[in-house]
Amino acid sequence: MYAQMITAEASDEDPKLLEEFQARIDRDEKIEPKDWMPMAYRKTLIRQIGQHAHSEVVGQLPEGNWITRAPTLERKAILLAKVQDEAGHGLYLYSAAETLGVSRDELVELLHEGKMKYSSIFNYPTLNWADIGAVGWLVDGAAIVNQVALQRTSYGPYSRAMIRICKEESFHARQGYHAIMQMAFGTPAQKAMAQDAVNRLWFPAIMMFGPSDSESVHSEQSMTWKIKVRSNDDLRQQFVDQTIPQIEYLGLDLPDPGIKWNEERGHYDYSDPDWTEFFNVIKGKGPCNVDRLNDRTNAWEDGAWVRDGLLAHGRKKAAARTAAE
Amino acid sequence: MADNALFQFLLRMGDNSLILGHRVSEWCGHSPVLEEDIALANTALDLIGQTQFWLGLAGEVEGKGRSADDLAFLRDAWDYRNVLLCELPNGDFGRTLMRQFLYDAWASVMLGRLMTSSNERVAAIAAKASKEVAYHVERSGDTVVGLGDGTEESHARMQAALDYLWPYVGEMFDGDEVDAAMVKAGIAPDPASLREEYDALVSKVLGQATLTIPTDTFHHKGGRTGYMHTEHLGHLLCSMQWLQRAYPGATW
Repeated sequence: MYAQMITAEASDEDPKLLEEFQARIDRDEKIEPKDWMPMAYRKTLIRQIGQHAHSEVVGQLPEGNWITRAPTLERKAILLAKVQDEAGHGLYLYSAAETLGVSRDELVELLHEGKMKYSSIFNYPTLNWADIGAVGWLVDGAAIVNQVALQRTSYGPYSRAMIRICKEESFHARQGYHAIMQMAFGTPAQKAMAQDAVNRLWFPAIMMFGPSDSESVHSEQSMTWKIKVRSNDDLRQQFVDQTIPQIEYLGLDLPDPGIKWNEERGHYDYSDPDWTEFFNVIKGKGPCNVDRLNDRTNAWEDGAWVRDGLLAHGRKKAAARTAAE
Repeated sequence: MADNALFQFLLRMGDNSLILGHRVSEWCGHSPVLEEDIALANTALDLIGQTQFWLGLAGEVEGKGRSADDLAFLRDAWDYRNVLLCELPNGDFGRTLMRQFLYDAWASVMLGRLMTSSNERVAAIAAKASKEVAYHVERSGDTVVGLGDGTEESHARMQAALDYLWPYVGEMFDGDEVDAAMVKAGIAPDPASLREEYDALVSKVLGQATLTIPTDTFHHKGGRTGYMHTEHLGHLLCSMQWLQRAYPGATW
């Protein structure tokens, strides 16, 4: 079904239906699964929600890298609770995508074949314990800016998933900032780790909002359909503005010499990230792309016998129930 | 002796949940299906939470100012008191779930008894933990049944897991002078007294799973006394304790 959808020609669609659909969007009505929608709207949502779900799942890996090395029982417990939340977000989002007529297994297969993406940020390594704080504070912080906006997205199931997810994400960001605060105010070695994490993760974090508005291929139509409600650059600026005072509070050096308060704009100026690096990461050439995808495909393949076994057992039980009736 | 025995007993409880929780947490992001990633993280989280209570109380009882973190991160392998079962490597998903079930079944019986402990703190921790463990044993038991009575391959893997792990089950029912002191003080039951209830539960589940319990009654030991752990524990501690060892005195 999915393969058919992506090859369907949008031009076949009834102009009257398209017009009515746009009018509903313009009135800020939510689109629900059984409502008529343009094929391209459906396709865009599947791409975006699927990518979002994959990000939650792959996002377990850089944090899982430190669960076994968490420095206290409390930090270990917090991190476990957090990755459990992320996996749960993956579930809500796959469920939201399923309302569009694509199964979770199909989406996972597309991910494993390299035909679907996940957030570029998870292709960067977590190298010291402060990275775990920075992932909560900067990465989840950036995700929240994006997701708060998406609470108003036009597709009902996606919007409702975002509302639920945002509640948990704000806890993630707070615990991350708290963890890095302990380090920034801790021993010189801890402060050095915190600085190292901020230096390495700053640009990847601001890349999470995607390319500049002028370069973003999906933006214009998505804005018209209110799948996206704010532009990449607008969201990035908000994140920069809220994060710089937090870095200063920690007493850490700013990770970009181009950061400067601009009185006239009422915003911080900042340097553009290296977009060549960004597009390389998107194309599979980030520091961890190959390992992350291998981890996921190996987990899937190694677990095939478990899924098959449990399904076989389920069938036996169902057959036994039928026989008994 | 009484306080030292209580300290040792609490270490045994806390080290079991710590080491098993750590092992389970190693699965993060690598399980066969997303629901299992959630379930494994949840189980690990419960076990780490129980550890905080058991080792926190152990530190208080010891009276040397050691916190739960000090006990977890600054003891070497020979001072660990977990049963060997908990420190064995994960193996495949089947072995992980079989190990979990064999432990959960013990923990569910043990915690049930500890809820009537003469020590109120022990009874309170047991009351809280037993709610979590009741869910754990249901879930690990269901999975063992599903995989044991699934496909030919899943059955073979689960039987192999049971054959590998069974010689580590007996240690949970060994007793020594620490246990005798706990029985005398009404704090904890004689480990051997849990065996009948355990065997009934385990036989029922493994029977439904169409698996065969090995007949050899030999069992390994040395974990709960600290006399001889497996080679695996040292490697686990290397990862777990690394930051605390490398940066002594830092607050995290």
